[in-house]
Amino acid sequence: MKYIDEYRDKNLIFRLADQIRKSATGEYTFMEVCGGHTAAIHRFGIPSLLPGNIKLISGPGCPVCVTGTDFMDKAVAYSEKDDVIITTFGDLMRVPGSVTSLEKMRAAGADVRIIFSGLDALGIAKLNPDKKIIFLGIGFETTAPGTAVTIKKAELENIDNFYLLSAHKTMPAAMEEIIKGGASFNGFICPGHVAAVTGSSHFSFIPEKYRIGCVVTGFEPTDLLQSILMLIRQVNLNFPDIQIQYRRAVTGEGNILAQKQMREVFEPCDAFWRGFGVIPSSGLTLRKVYERFDAGIAIPVKVVPHEENKSCICGDILRGSKTPEDCPLFRNLCSPENPVGACMVSNEGSCNTWYKYKIT
Amino acid sequence: MCLSIPALIVSIEGDMAEVSTGGSIFKAGLQMISEAKVGDYILLHAGFAIQKISEEEAEETLRILREIDNALNGPA
Repeated sequence: MKYIDEYRDKNLIFRLADQIRKSATGEYTFMEVCGGHTAAIHRFGIPSLLPGNIKLISGPGCPVCVTGTDFMDKAVAYSEKDDVIITTFGDLMRVPGSVTSLEKMRAAGADVRIIFSGLDALGIAKLNPDKKIIFLGIGFETTAPGTAVTIKKAELENIDNFYLLSAHKTMPAAMEEIIKGGASFNGFICPGHVAAVTGSSHFSFIPEKYRIGCVVTGFEPTDLLQSILMLIRQVNLNFPDIQIQYRRAVTGEGNILAQKQMREVFEPCDAFWRGFGVIPSSGLTLRKVYERFDAGIAIPVKVVPHEENKSCICGDILRGSKTPEDCPLFRNLCSPENPVGACMVSNEGSCNTWYKYKIT
Repeated sequence: MCLSIPALIVSIEGDMAEVSTGGSIFKAGLQMISEAKVGDYILLHAGFAIQKISEEEAEETLRILREIDNALNGPA
């Protein structure tokens, strides 16, 4: 496939790995914040190509993993209502709430439908005028513009049985939390598809304010290795900067039209992140003018706050301070078939990725 | 979750396109892309084109990578 195969060229991969070995004269730890990167790094066996003095750690960039139990409990509560159809990306189906999951609710007869796009949910709303369609909006700056377009379309077409339960989040504040939390690393492998929308300038405060290097990175093996090489050079030169490796999709300013859609529909709000707690201005909520689409306002449900399983260390893993191997539940009580924490459910979660690809 | 895949626009009707990737055809909303045309490659994410792929930049990245390759393997 064009724009994929050429970036998986074995010769280029081995040459890049050689160059990395020659350039890596010190100790380096880089954090990938995107769950897509975590999955790609392990799927392509990138750690096995790196010398021992380069360590990669994962951050909080899997939206499923950072979504709180409270959100899943609300989704489950909605699914119990006879006049509600839940529409969701497949990623959320198996995420455990405090008692059950959407998958189990569907097995018990609830109307929960997996969709590919917000527009599909709108289609379901049109076909089912006597039902309330709740779309579970989850994802970062990559996904939120699509939800914004969907809401605007619902407004334009005067669809009055479509609602959004938003857990949309934005990356910068969480990355700043990690830095302030004192995690020790030399550079960020920045999320390429978030930056395709926001532009690399979204992250420029990191080198400027905290002197930590950033490279916006693509998702193929040569992309990842080239970025690691770029980060090593930044460290060696003691010149933290914001650079774009993923130039075929990312510019400094990003996709202005997508940003405009997102800004018109959403405004920042405080948001809960698993592993972090509430981070100010890190979530997206509907603006007043679109409030009638807010499921939380139109169809209020109450859920009882539950404590998360105390043995599960998803929180520490999401902050980059621990790895899945440090968790007593990993490969033991917690597996992809029977996940305890969200990091084991999501294909992009650290625990799921380590379980599948990491040879111990 | 932010997974986005390169896809080729094969037809456009209003603000929706049919895009092809890996032998499958998907629908993609073009509401965030200006001046999209048949034959362009876009990044497809959750049913929307979120960015056009720059052919020029894609080639440039490969050129840089091959240069690293040549520098390592060039005449001693």
